Amino acid sequence: MINITINGRQVQVSEDRTLLDACREHGFEIPTLCHHPALEPYGACRLCMVEIQKGDSPPRLVAACTHPCEPEISIRTHSEDVIRSRRSTMELLLAGGNQSQKIVSLATELGVEAPRYRLQVADSCILCGLCVRACNEIVGVSAISLTHRGMNKAVNSPFEICANTCIGCGSCVMICPTGTITMKDVNSYIGAHKFKDAFDSWYCQVCADSQWGQPFLAKSIIEKSGEPEEPSQSHVADGAILASDHS
Amino acid sequence: MVKLAAPEEMKREDLEKLHDSSSESVCISICGGTGCRVFGSEDLYEAFRVEIDRHKDDVNHAVQVKTTGCHGFCEQGALVVIHPSGVMYTGVSKKNVAEIVEKTVLRGEILEDLLFRDPQSGESIVHEADVPFYKHQERLVLNLNGLIDPFVIEEYIAQDGYSSLQTALLDMTPVEIIDAIKTSGLRGRGGAGFPTGIKWELCRQQPGEIKYIICNADEGDPGAYMDRSIMEGNPHRVLEGMIIGAYAMGARQGYVYIRNEYPLAVKHLKQAIAQARDHGYLGQDILGSGFDFDIEIRLGSGAFVCGEETALMASIEGRVGEPRPRPPYPAERGLWGCPTNINNVKSWATVPIILSRGPQWYASIGTETSKGTMIFSLVGNINNTGLVEVPMGISLRDLIFEIGGGIPNGKGFKAAQIGGPSGGCIPAEHLDVPIDYESLNSLGAIMGSGGLVIADEDTCMVDFARYFMTFTQEESCGKCVPCRLGTKVMLDKLEQICAGEGQPGDVEYLVELGEQIKRASLCGLGQTAPNPVLSTIRYFQKEYDAHINEKRCPALTCKNLITYAVIPELCTGCMVCKRNCPSDAIIGEKKEIHTIDPELCTRCGMCVSVCKFDAISVTSR
Repeated sequence: MINITINGRQVQVSEDRTLLDACREHGFEIPTLCHHPALEPYGACRLCMVEIQKGDSPPRLVAACTHPCEPEISIRTHSEDVIRSRRSTMELLLAGGNQSQKIVSLATELGVEAPRYRLQVADSCILCGLCVRACNEIVGVSAISLTHRGMNKAVNSPFEICANTCIGCGSCVMICPTGTITMKDVNSYIGAHKFKDAFDSWYCQVCADSQWGQPFLAKSIIEKSGEPEEPSQSHVADGAILASDHS
Repeated sequence: MVKLAAPEEMKREDLEKLHDSSSESVCISICGGTGCRVFGSEDLYEAFRVEIDRHKDDVNHAVQVKTTGCHGFCEQGALVVIHPSGVMYTGVSKKNVAEIVEKTVLRGEILEDLLFRDPQSGESIVHEADVPFYKHQERLVLNLNGLIDPFVIEEYIAQDGYSSLQTALLDMTPVEIIDAIKTSGLRGRGGAGFPTGIKWELCRQQPGEIKYIICNADEGDPGAYMDRSIMEGNPHRVLEGMIIGAYAMGARQGYVYIRNEYPLAVKHLKQAIAQARDHGYLGQDILGSGFDFDIEIRLGSGAFVCGEETALMASIEGRVGEPRPRPPYPAERGLWGCPTNINNVKSWATVPIILSRGPQWYASIGTETSKGTMIFSLVGNINNTGLVEVPMGISLRDLIFEIGGGIPNGKGFKAAQIGGPSGGCIPAEHLDVPIDYESLNSLGAIMGSGGLVIADEDTCMVDFARYFMTFTQEESCGKCVPCRLGTKVMLDKLEQICAGEGQPGDVEYLVELGEQIKRASLCGLGQTAPNPVLSTIRYFQKEYDAHINEKRCPALTCKNLITYAVIPELCTGCMVCKRNCPSDAIIGEKKEIHTIDPELCTRCGMCVSVCKFDAISVTSR
């Protein structure tokens, strides 16, 4: 355990934690968009910037989600510089034409009403990479990835054709903070975004309050996990977030 | 080829080779750098060979012809230097070859027409060493570029090449090597300027059996080609530095990450690696020391961001070339999670020099905090475009006016963009700034990896900043929000200002946004991308204000804010402008005064460049 100071309060944390973990553990809230406790930190949205200072060195801004706790470090989660930085980032997300509820409400919380400039793009995807990381780290199939760069960066399946590794688990849909990835349920088929056309859907009786209306489990999940063919009483597929996260 | 198992053998071979080249021979050295190849230097080798053969009965001494690496004075290509006299000919083409052989090689006469003529004094200069471009340089890393054939390892060995490696492996411990690098004061030449010795020490101290070293040859700054020329001209020196570094840090495997757009450098490097393996400088049990090390090449596909070390490593691993946050630093967790050291081409190439001439000697060059030499590629509005190596601490003025030969066409100097698209501009009032890491930082620029773009008085600084922002915006990887969206917003704003659509408050907004992008971005690309804009605002805000408030471009560059017209008193009605106008915007008959239709005119400037009577005026709209 090491001693650190958060907003003037001395606390003890274990050394392997990130600043974000330490702050949240001790009740200091920090906004994030690309962070999920089940996934490796990514450091892309830059909303979790905090001010750190060690010894006599001048204070600097770092991303709390990726920066490790160091002994005797002093953290300020809401200094003037921090707020300015978060507002600037939020304003940029709004300038990028993002109208999703999550972004708009977070912007309001941070005191950003309207951006001073609007870019000629309108995509609710903020490229936080949560879907890609969930698909890779948790589901383990890497059916989607980030492609291209800069303003052309996008989440996509390989070569923009349906990924044959996609199992239709819906993890990407569930974890997307802006509702960009949607799941279609057409009769007995379901399809996630454009990553794969359709899967045979099976219904899970436990997950009655699934986020996207009609609950389902794709047949391929069941095949992958080697569970019995009829899913009914228990959740299937240890890899599938949807089945384990919202019970 | 003989694999050298013991140092004694190497010394013997060295001596033999030295003996070979120290005879009474004449050597015609043709620049084979990419620049001179564009001027046709590839054909010169064959032409010289044929001509020498034709005169073989008249020649009473051996004449050697070789294609070397880049000599550096790219403006004057193709370059040919005749050793040992050092006579330098510029702009040489095939038709000059016979005369050079007949007169200079056989009879020792000088061909006046091919000599370099100093644009300032108007005098022609015979010897390479007397040319101001070379005279004021201190060429340590580039010294062999014009002397050796990069394709022949023996030529490098004959110039004491690989002798530092021998010293390092056989007479020094890894800690002694690291101490020497620390004493030398060498700082990373890739841009950030972190002390190289300390970086090596950090990597060495990491636990773990497997460690990697990487040579960052993903040179991507617009107009910068220092690293390319070193790899093309003297690849073995880079390899020697890497092998020494690997031994010091305990790495068994090294990678050179080089862009695929450098085919000649890749070719030379591949050949050099194969030769080094054949000679026992790479592979198992190097020089009988028991140390194993090998190097592989990894080709980059032209993403600027892959020059950032964490993105570079991701690319080598086969993942998307995106940076990741540091810490952990590569020294702790780098390639495939193992301790890794990454240095720039110039840093690696400096290592053998430090060991052979001594760290104290190296530290005696330069300033208190910036030691040794720095290589710049001098481009833009400058007389002597080329590659220069200067001691740290030289003033920007000396670099531009003594070595660079000043600004062409008698124009005035306006600014120097130093450090590439991540750097900042330095205006005329700071021309006397000494070139060292700290002084440049204090002016809002950076040392960077050696890009130096000169702008003359006709350059619009808003347009200049827009150009660099276009580059960084296109090259942003898009991972983090401030860089992806922020650079795009900044670029849009700059384009609006250049188009005369700027609004009051735009400058303040650009400054505010630029500062936030610098502080919040994930990697070095975003953290430095706003620098060209911020530094031009810092020194040339009046130009921004003129664009925004008066809709006027003071340098008469921004197309939306200028207009072209024919000056009736000067127009002779010669029709040249009319014939050359690509948009048919010029009206007029022969021997009648022409006029330009402003609606059709695209302000391309063609008429100005073809008019012999200076009869076209460019004015604010």
